[in-house]
This record gives sequence, structure tokens and C-alpha cells, in this order.
Amino acid sequence: MTLRDSLSERKENIIEKWFERIIDTYPPDTSRFLKDQKDRFANPVGATISRGLEGIFEEILKDEQDQAKVSKFIDNIVRIRAVQNFNPSQAISFIFLLKNIIRDELTVDVLHNHNADELLALESQIDGLALTAFDIFMNCREKIYEIKSNEAKDMTFRLLQRANLLKEKQNHVADDMNDVTQ
Amino acid sequence: MAKLPKPEELAKVDFKPPKTGWMDTPANLKPGTFCWGAKAKNLQVVDFPNARDWNPTEDDWKLPKEWEGTVLEAMADRLSKYRSFKLFLDICVRCGACADKCHFFIGTGDPKNMPVLRTELLRSVYKKYFTNSGKVLGKLGGARELTYDVLKEWWYYFYQCTECRRCSVFCPYGIDTAEITLMAREFMNLLGLNTDWISGPVSNCYTKGNHLGLEPHTITSSVEFFLDDIETITGIKVEPTFNRKGAEILFVTPSGDLFADPGTYTAMGYLMLFHELGLDYTWSTYASEGGNFGFFTSNEMAKRLHYKIYAEAKRLGVKYIIGGECGHMWRLIHQYLDTWHGPADFLEVPRSPVTGTVFENACSTKMVHVTEFTADLIKNGKLTLDPSRNDHLKLTYHDSCNTARGMGLLEEPRYVIRNVCNHFYEMPENTIREKTFCCGSGTGLNASENMELRMQGGLPRANAVKHVHEKYGVNMLANICAIDRATLKASMDYWVPAVGVTGVHELVGNAMVMTGEKERTQDLRLEPLPGEEGNE
Repeated sequence: MTLRDSLSERKENIIEKWFERIIDTYPPDTSRFLKDQKDRFANPVGATISRGLEGIFEEILKDEQDQAKVSKFIDNIVRIRAVQNFNPSQAISFIFLLKNIIRDELTVDVLHNHNADELLALESQIDGLALTAFDIFMNCREKIYEIKSNEAKDMTFRLLQRANLLKEKQNHVADDMNDVTQ
Repeated sequence: MAKLPKPEELAKVDFKPPKTGWMDTPANLKPGTFCWGAKAKNLQVVDFPNARDWNPTEDDWKLPKEWEGTVLEAMADRLSKYRSFKLFLDICVRCGACADKCHFFIGTGDPKNMPVLRTELLRSVYKKYFTNSGKVLGKLGGARELTYDVLKEWWYYFYQCTECRRCSVFCPYGIDTAEITLMAREFMNLLGLNTDWISGPVSNCYTKGNHLGLEPHTITSSVEFFLDDIETITGIKVEPTFNRKGAEILFVTPSGDLFADPGTYTAMGYLMLFHELGLDYTWSTYASEGGNFGFFTSNEMAKRLHYKIYAEAKRLGVKYIIGGECGHMWRLIHQYLDTWHGPADFLEVPRSPVTGTVFENACSTKMVHVTEFTADLIKNGKLTLDPSRNDHLKLTYHDSCNTARGMGLLEEPRYVIRNVCNHFYEMPENTIREKTFCCGSGTGLNASENMELRMQGGLPRANAVKHVHEKYGVNMLANICAIDRATLKASMDYWVPAVGVTGVHELVGNAMVMTGEKERTQDLRLEPLPGEEGNE
């Protein structure tokens, strides 16, 4: 039996544990809500994490992963954690939790089936996911600062336009700002 | 080699359940979740107390002496004055129906953003000083003293409530948490604890008539920009009037429509519509703001700022008022105007000069919502519409909290949208109409320094938009509120980048066939209409 077969057999169990480990980092009142409210529109955080973990795990089980798909699932989760009250390391640490859960769940199987090499390969694969999560986290943070600066630029642009300090209406604020300074 | 932390250790989040109970856990002000403190100069303009420059991140908030007494005296006063306030503090049975309905709780996961617990922050102080059980039982009875930490906690969490009133829809007693927030903010304003983003617009509004502090010539020149664009698009020269005495109608809209995209396109829509109808109306450069950030400080300040609209209507001698696509302006008109200033009996009950419809719903306020006005025009076949001009758009509609929950305006905007667009898709039932999710940035929380909070609060709304985007290909989010138009743009940019934001009258301006117009090739954003993409 290959490691992937074992993973496939225990899929539900692993995903459930993974989900709970993440949700339990929230205060008890919150984690109860995140676990129990099944309506995805009433509980976007819980639903996104739940769907995301399942999606990521499904891809791991495949021989060849669809990178775009994996990234999308990770993006959905990290996008939320990038604005919540987490440090950067905390925001993406959920990926590494999967390693511990798999070790806990499959150590006996791995020893029995002599597929430690597969486990090492899988763990490297999970490390790769963490790097993807890191890229996504940085993109999200950069986006936040871009939105902040765009709001400031838009406001300045209109003020300058009203004050007739712009030569002509242009689409790109930065160009207009240059016009003013030149 | 230093011991590396394990993943589980790293995963311990900052709001990991504290060992202390909520009452003994002081607020931790995290950058990105609060706004800068009010500046002295802005508070001085409106004679607000304790005007000084202060920084929320510093330990010393420069409070006046005996501030506790000031708060408790004010609380006693409001408890005697507003029966609802006392009732809401007394009758909650902690059933928890509201707990998970708040967009800030859903997005932040912070239990103190559950409406029941947010209210408890204030209720615990009320109990300590105003109830026998609280006086005797103290902490056991849910009571606690008003301390510096408690005050800071109030400031932090009552500026994480947008007074959207979604929680009140689900409360079996109808407790309106927004009123609790209003009171808490009122108390804090007595100590000079406001935010820069709110007090700046209040000061501007008081001196110049609008949030941005635009002076009359700037307002007229703003509109002239739109007129140039309208002429480019339609070949028609629109000539609105300003401050014209004797006009039949005064038109008032948020100043955001004159200043911030995409509100500006909505303003173009109004101008085109009123021109096409030949409406006898005027803009005012003094009552140049529909919004009222005074509402986010104190009842008295809201009242002071609000009346300018009616004072201007009286000065100009108009018969009635049409109000633009604004959020809290409508809540104030609908729910507060009569209490503050009594019925506007010097005006006439609005009657559409085009259809003859009498807007009896506005018989007291004498102010008609522009989507009611336009829906009536469409219903009576008074507009020639070509909805295919909006065929590049797949629309969904965000009910603004104030117009939906504050005045029950649910159908008219939808009716207008369905008539000017061919592709309209509703978001899920529990996220629209009276259950609509807030944009996440109302009540003066639409600053930039609290962007992380805005994104968290905006998540439930954006999540529903994302659903219709993925399911139906929705690419445009319509709404009838200037704060929505400004803040949902940022929210979409982060959560669902493929979706833009529009006002309803931008869509009307696109679809409306104007008398004598040239063949249109561009929409109000000067982008090619469907089928014209190759002819740029």
C-alpha cells in the first residue's frame, strides 16, 4: 500500500483534524461558531478554511498537482489570515500543521509499509505549499498597502484637478502627479 | 543552536483565548484596526470638549480631570432622556441570536465584536452605577467599574461597530445595538475621544456645508467637469443651476458624488436624467452634503448639521427636495428628522411634475429618494431606455444598510436596475434586503489607516459577491450609498478584484436615450459601449 493510498483512506479524518487544529486557535466562542455554522454566507471564514483544506488535500493525493488550483485554495485561506490578527508566521503556519497530523495518523502505516521515503517526499511537497502560502501572504499585504496608497492618490488627484493644477484629465494618477511636480 | 519554535507554537494567535475573562482582558490596540485620534482644531470648530491633539497608541490619552464623573453624569442623563437606551440595557437575556450576525465578529473572530458582548462592555458599567444588583453583587452580577482600561476598550470596540443594525433584525426583543454604540460614542465625545476621520468632516461640514470642505466655486467647477464629459458622450450640453431661488425642487446628494469615482459617474447620471426631464430644479453649494458625520459623534451634533438642507430649501423657496444616492442621510431623514425639527410643513408634499405621482410616503419629510422618483418615471413609461448599453455589465445589488434597514427601500432600486440592465443576479437571501451585510466601513470607519479592519468587516459582503461572480460571472456591484461606492471599491479590489462598483444612476445615465443625443459610443466612464470596443 502506498502512502497516498493510506492518505486517501484516512482523508476525512485528516482533514477534520487539520480543520480543528486551525479553528482551535480562535477563542472558544468563536471556534464554536466557526465549526458549527454550516452556511457559507453566514460563516465565510469557517467555510473558506474547510473548503480550502479539502481542496488542497485532494490535490496532494494526485500524482500531478494542478498548481493553479492549489494556489487558489491557499489564496482563499491566506487572504483572510493576512488581514486578521495574525503575525506573518502564524498566518501561514496552518500548512505545517498538516505534517504533524499526517505523522500522527500514519506513523504505524509508514513503518509497516516501509514507505518512509514517500513520507519524506510528501513533507517536501508540503514545504513547497508553505512557500506558495508565503508568496500569497506577501501579495495580500502588498495589496493592502496598494489600496491604501490608491485611496490617498485618488483623493489627491481630485483635489488637484479641482484646483486646476492638472494640465488635462488623464487616467493615470501618477502621471498627473508628475505633471504637477514638473 | 537556539531552540526553534514548533509549528503549533507559532500557530498560537494573538487572540488565542485569554486566561482572564473578557471583563479583565484589556483591549489591545493593533495597528490597522483603529483610526487616528481627532485633531484639536477640528473639535474646537464645533465647540467639542477637551480639544487637543492626541494619539491612541500612547498611554496618556490626555483626558480631562474627573472624566469618570462626566461619563456617569451623561449616562444618567441619557438614561432618563431615552427610554430605549434604558430598555435595551435592561432587557437583554443573552440569548445569543445576535452574536454571529455582526460582520465584524464574522470577519475578525473577536468575541468582543459579538453585538451582545460589545453591548456588555457598556452594560457592565451601567450595572455598577445604576442598578442595585450591580452595586451589591459587583463582578458576580456582571458589573464593573469605569476605569481607564474600560474607556479604552469602549473606544476600540465602539469604533468597530458601523451601526448597521443587522444584529437588531435577529434580536427577538428588537434591541438596537446601534443605539448602544451611538450612546457610547456620545459619552466618549464628551472627553474628546473621537477620530480624525470623523471630526474632520464634521468640522468641514459645519463651516463649509460638506465633508470635504469644498467651497461654492469648487463645487460648480466639479459639476462643470461632468458636463464636459456628458457633452463628449451624448453631444448634449447640460446646464444645471446652482442656488437658484424659486426653483421647484432642491437636489441634495453626498459630496462624495462630486469628488470620488465611481460616485462621480452617478452624479453624471443625475444631471442627464434631470436635463432630459426638463426638471425645474437646482443644486445648492451650501447644502452641499447629504451625509452627516455628526451622527457618528453625538445626537446634538447630528441635529446641528442636519438642518442645513431644510434651511436651504426654505431660503431658496423650493416646493420639495429630491435626495440622491446616499446612505445615512436617508436614515436621518426617515428616523430622526421629525423628532429633531418636526415635519417640514413649510414645504409641499412631493409631486412628480412628470407623472403627477404624489409621494405620500414623504408627506412629512418632503424629501423623495431619487430611486423612488426614477422608478416612478419608468413605471409610467416616461423614459426611453436602451438597457443593451449596459450589456457589458452583469450586475448584482448591495442593499445599503441605512436605506434597506433604516427606511425599507428595497424594491425601487431593483426595479430601476432591472429596467436599465439586462443581466441582474441577486446575492444569497441571507445577505441582502433587510439582512444585508454592511460594506464594513460605515459610520466614519472608511479611513485608510484601519484598512485591515475594513477588509475584515467587509468579508461577509465580499464573500457573497464572490459567489455570484463565480456562479453568474457578475462583474459589477451596484448600490445607492456614497460610502459604499467609495469603500466597496477597496473591498472588491482585495476580495474579488474582477468586480467593479457603480451607483444606480450611472446605469440609468448609460441606458437612457436622450432627446437629440448623438449616437453613443462610450459609457459614462468614457469607455466603449458593447459593440464599440474596436472603434476606439
